[in-house]
Amino acid sequence: MSILVNKDTRVMVQGITGREGTFHATQMLAYGTKVVAGMTPGKGGEWACEGKVPVFDTCKSAVDSTGANCALIYVPARFAADAMFEAADAGVPLIVCITEGVPVQDMMRVRNYLDQKGAKLIGPNCPGLLTPDEAKVGIIPGYIARPGSVGIVARSGTLTYEVIYALTQSGMGQSTCVGIGGDPVKGLNFIDVLAMFEEDPQTDRIVMIGEIGGNDEEKAAEFIADHLTKPVVAFIAGQTAPPGKRMGHAGAIVEGGSGLASDKVKALEQARVKVAQYPEQIPGLLA
Amino acid sequence: MKLHEYQSKQLFAQRGIPILKGKVASTAAEARDIAVELGGRAVIKAQVLVGGRGKAGGVKVAKDAQQAEEYAAQILAMNIKGLPVRKVLVDQAAEIKTEIYLGITNDRAAKCPVVIASMAGGVEIEQVAKESPEKVIREHVNPFLRLRDYQVRNVAAGIGLPHEHWKAFGEIAAALYQTYWDTDATLAEINPLVINGANQLLALDGKIVLDDNALFEHPDLAEMRDLDEEAAAETEARKYGLSYVKLDGEIGCMVNGAGLAMATMDIISHFGGTPANFLDVGGGASSEKVAAALRIILSDKNVKAVLFNIFGGITRCDEVARGILKALDEVPTGVPMVVRLVGTNEAEGRKLLAEAKMITATSLADAAQKAVAAAKNK
Repeated sequence: MSILVNKDTRVMVQGITGREGTFHATQMLAYGTKVVAGMTPGKGGEWACEGKVPVFDTCKSAVDSTGANCALIYVPARFAADAMFEAADAGVPLIVCITEGVPVQDMMRVRNYLDQKGAKLIGPNCPGLLTPDEAKVGIIPGYIARPGSVGIVARSGTLTYEVIYALTQSGMGQSTCVGIGGDPVKGLNFIDVLAMFEEDPQTDRIVMIGEIGGNDEEKAAEFIADHLTKPVVAFIAGQTAPPGKRMGHAGAIVEGGSGLASDKVKALEQARVKVAQYPEQIPGLLA
Repeated sequence: MKLHEYQSKQLFAQRGIPILKGKVASTAAEARDIAVELGGRAVIKAQVLVGGRGKAGGVKVAKDAQQAEEYAAQILAMNIKGLPVRKVLVDQAAEIKTEIYLGITNDRAAKCPVVIASMAGGVEIEQVAKESPEKVIREHVNPFLRLRDYQVRNVAAGIGLPHEHWKAFGEIAAALYQTYWDTDATLAEINPLVINGANQLLALDGKIVLDDNALFEHPDLAEMRDLDEEAAAETEARKYGLSYVKLDGEIGCMVNGAGLAMATMDIISHFGGTPANFLDVGGGASSEKVAAALRIILSDKNVKAVLFNIFGGITRCDEVARGILKALDEVPTGVPMVVRLVGTNEAEGRKLLAEAKMITATSLADAAQKAVAAAKNK
């Protein structure tokens, strides 16, 4: 078992004929992920990734022909909202949006619509999902991960890789790695993913990687205290970030005295979560 | 991206929000001429992109044009929270009976816009919310339905606004929502919205923060960016698509990924050093980008060591190493460099850099300690 994606997940890649789309779809195929369809308007009927993936003009036709049940989006930011609406409208239950730089007002409408449709969203501005040796849906480098029992949920991409790498080096494999993304308005949040890991029989421990901005980590702390039986180790990036400055991610900003790393650490420690001071301490705290 | 008060109020006025007559001046003489036009009595307000300018003495009421000139000269010579005042707004003076707060922002938890209002205007709303939360009214807006009339009435009733002002308040709230939505703002705020001596509602101050991710849709607004208000290096970084924030420390950081970049700053501080900057060089990290990033980091004279922390996930470490070496050719420097390269082809990458006499490290903790030591010996 794992969460969200596994060896049976059938992936449709939106924007598959673009440079990023082709590159990552090829990597996913090499990892063994079932990439069943590509979608690029105007390129329907062509084949992508050296003839391995059929390309469709619309999400609806791609889903009808291939039974895709997960959409992965690599389109530029200005087209990302439309891509998410289209995937949800075609009935895709899980949508993963890698694209960075999607306007927040677009995301507020997307979330509103996807919630109505009952579609789950991961991202945007995220590295996607990886269930080691089963499915790679996104850009997390597959070779750094090993199958195992640690679930990872993180707001940051390379910091996720850092943690996966440190765990693998210490002989700790992962059940599923979930990059939820660094935007202020996004799809699944810490709480949603923590609840899935709690239910997942393969997962026995959880690593949560947060950062400054918003109060999702504080809410997660409360949720952990009330609902989780599995141990959680956390890391919060941005202890040294100055207030009022956006630290790369659209959502990583301390505003009006809220979103501070120190408040998040305090809330997590109160929920009896062990908080690492830097990523390499995580394996030790999990053991 | 933050807009100045005068820019924000122009956008408000374009959509029908009543504001006071006024103009921007960058010299005391200009301020005097504007005050004469306005009939003598005027308010002189520093235009800087930080809060708390009133407390810092950046807002003054002049009784005549002569005093307007004096005050403008004083304010234009000020530094407010480290930012020099380069412009003042010279506005008509208003008689204030009541100060209201009215703002629209993105509620990231509720995933929709929220209207926030209070009769306790004129001070920071965060402070009011902390000290007397019952005085702050919030109304969430469905992004498809937009702000409805009944919701504005909920707000007016919630703050206890007298009925005689409901019509004018409704028009201002609708126009403010329109401004917020049209400009892809993350915050559009009138504080204070005043009731003046003639019983009219007026936006006395204005603040708009734009969503950087949406600026591609608004080239006209993007042009309003005040480059004087940010470190030159931040402007330069934006040109290369680099995300850079200048800090006060001694160790320059070049990292791929925003979260890892923050974690790198934190670990430097954990081991007793001080980070000089946040810099996310992004995925790929081509030699051109690395060179630009290195130039930007070294333009900060406080930098005594540079720490490269690159996790080569998809990108190969040997390629990144070649990028760094090429960048060092273009940007000669005596500042010690510590490099931590992890991921695909890391051994080859490290070998290339060691040959170039760079200090290499395998773990993040090791790299941070080496950088802290290098900065101290410098």
